[in-house]
Amino acid sequence: MPIQQEISGGRFWGGLSLRRKQVVWAWAFLAVPILFYALIRFYPTVEAFYLSTTNWNLFSKPGFVGLSNFQRLWADVVFWQVFRNTVLYLAIGTPVSLILAFTIAYHLDRVRFLHGFIRALYFLPFLTTAAAMAWVWRWFYQPVPIGMINDLLSSFGLPQQPFLRSTSQALPSVLAPAIWAGLGFQVVIFLAGLRAIPNTYYEAARIDGVSNLTILRRITIPLLKPTIIFLVVFSSIGFLRIFDQVYNMTSGDPGGPLNATKPLVLMIYQTAFSSFEMGYAAAQTVVLFLVLLAVSFLQLRLLRDR
Amino acid sequence: MRGFRGMLLGLLVSFGAVTGAAAQTVEIEYWQYVFDARIKAMNELIKRFEAANPNIKVKHTTFPYADYQTKIAAAVPAGQGPDVVQLFYGWLDNFVAAKFIQPLPRDAFPPAMIEKEFYPIVSAMKRDGEYYGLPTAVRSLALFYNKKLFQEAGLDPAKPPATIDELLDAAKKTTKRDAAGNMLSAGITLDFPGQDYHWWRETLLRQNGGAPYSDDNRKVTYDSEAGAKSLNWYADLQRVHKVGQVGFMDEGQAAFRAGRAAMTIDGSFRLGGFGAIKAFEWGVAELPAGADGKKANFASYWVNAITAKPTGEKLEAAKKFMAFVTTPEAMQLWLETVGELPARKAAAETEKNLNHPIYGPFLKALNYSHATVFVDEMGQRQVSLDMINRVLIQNQDAKASLADAAKAEQAILDKFYKK
Repeated sequence: MPIQQEISGGRFWGGLSLRRKQVVWAWAFLAVPILFYALIRFYPTVEAFYLSTTNWNLFSKPGFVGLSNFQRLWADVVFWQVFRNTVLYLAIGTPVSLILAFTIAYHLDRVRFLHGFIRALYFLPFLTTAAAMAWVWRWFYQPVPIGMINDLLSSFGLPQQPFLRSTSQALPSVLAPAIWAGLGFQVVIFLAGLRAIPNTYYEAARIDGVSNLTILRRITIPLLKPTIIFLVVFSSIGFLRIFDQVYNMTSGDPGGPLNATKPLVLMIYQTAFSSFEMGYAAAQTVVLFLVLLAVSFLQLRLLRDR
Repeated sequence: MRGFRGMLLGLLVSFGAVTGAAAQTVEIEYWQYVFDARIKAMNELIKRFEAANPNIKVKHTTFPYADYQTKIAAAVPAGQGPDVVQLFYGWLDNFVAAKFIQPLPRDAFPPAMIEKEFYPIVSAMKRDGEYYGLPTAVRSLALFYNKKLFQEAGLDPAKPPATIDELLDAAKKTTKRDAAGNMLSAGITLDFPGQDYHWWRETLLRQNGGAPYSDDNRKVTYDSEAGAKSLNWYADLQRVHKVGQVGFMDEGQAAFRAGRAAMTIDGSFRLGGFGAIKAFEWGVAELPAGADGKKANFASYWVNAITAKPTGEKLEAAKKFMAFVTTPEAMQLWLETVGELPARKAAAETEKNLNHPIYGPFLKALNYSHATVFVDEMGQRQVSLDMINRVLIQNQDAKASLADAAKAEQAILDKFYKK
């Protein structure tokens, strides 16, 4: 009798192939994290889109205002300054950090002596808290008598530089530690990519007597493409969302003198949690989301087609 | 749930009625942000209050400063949160506009009494004839000076500068530079993100005959002759006299603490930090008077207010608690525990307090202090920072920079009052 029951109750289940059964089980297990992920990730995203069309200020009920937050954004001088800064972080940060990381990895790959130790040295900053690092660099940039860089300049008889207190030098000054901090991660990924290229290609090239530069251009870089794509997209997103370094290096006047270093994320933070203009902040978030989406798509496409 | 709670309450009430119990305990909730000395002081006050009012219980809840306003804004509309709340005076308009707090009941806090007994700066808590909050303690600005550096420069350490001309003179004498002209020690710190933007707005500007805002606080009025004069005077400390430098030692208070600044302007809340200085002796003086002897200062404070939540018994309890934390007794305890100044004249201006070498100058300033009304504290602060940066970094003319700042700040005010 129990056997009979099992067969009739499991007719559907029994009719599935082993492979199908595995798929069903896989989905059953995946459903929980997917639901959870959707709830904590997509629901707030959708909510942000909705909030961007309201005038919610935390103190009153949100009222629908259509696209007026976006109109205000369009006319906001500070927003365009911030937008420009964000693009600069991306446009300088990504190529500089990638070229640096590749150069280091390329040479490190050939070093046998103390290889692991040097690699660890490069990786170390990546493990440090961004806030702590930012404060150390902030101290480097101070004027005489406590700033290390200015002390050095001054001892060579060179004029002191304002660094973080200048509207033109502040952004590169903030970017430098950000690049430095992320370098270790990129170097390690590049190293892994370099090691994954089969040695036979290089041996064949050497037998043919090809120059090092040609090997680099024709073999190494093309075969590193998946690594490069990953790092370009990953570090672009990182630079577009830069926050900790900026916030900690210019905490008295957040975003640097006259918004010289303010990135979009910091502007969103201030709009939302200092001025409590949640609707306006949500509109800025939507813009950031769209920029991130566009940049990622564009990069994936460009790098894939080549 | 509500039905069950109602039933329970009903039972309790009838039980109380039957047994004729006179004392029925009312619990009210009090919120403030996390700051150790304040929590300690408030716990002590609550202990004393509960001892005097055995039928009232006060629940004390604290939140980290960064989340504090957000928590209140989320809790109050949901009908939860505090009955009595502590808030920064600059947030008042937002809280009033959102109907988070109610006017202080006139029977317990008659406006005439408040005006007579509290320092005039509490008028910043008055809207349409009603007071919305009262402070236990207030803070003002003063000039901190390094007696050791004064002595080294041949100045009398017992005689701090009393006018802005004397201040400039002392700053010139105490500034130290190396052979290359790099500043090693500042005569006076220049720190607009610190307290200097208040010093400029409420002191220097007024000493030059100006005023920052119209009487109803709705119009920016610093874009004036006095504005330009005072801003130029401030900027000249760096541009012309080179007695200070923005960003020197990162922050003004850090430079002073390290003994690398002869003078700095800061608030009474800095007393704790400077109290740890061992390397030299420092003194406190009232902010230097203007050329014609005019004095002005900036005062700020945290207030206690009753939220819209309590009614009936709870409101009565909240009133009692509010009254208790604003008694002279509570203020003296606050001064001794937190180091902030009493908000009532009688409690503050005792012979002992006024002659105190450190509290004295801060207390004297309270009689001529102004509390700026903010509608968006951070936004308005940013306008000031941008204004001085344009002058000091981009060499913009003070007049033009003031005009830009006035326009930007007016937009913030208009946006708020339009609502």
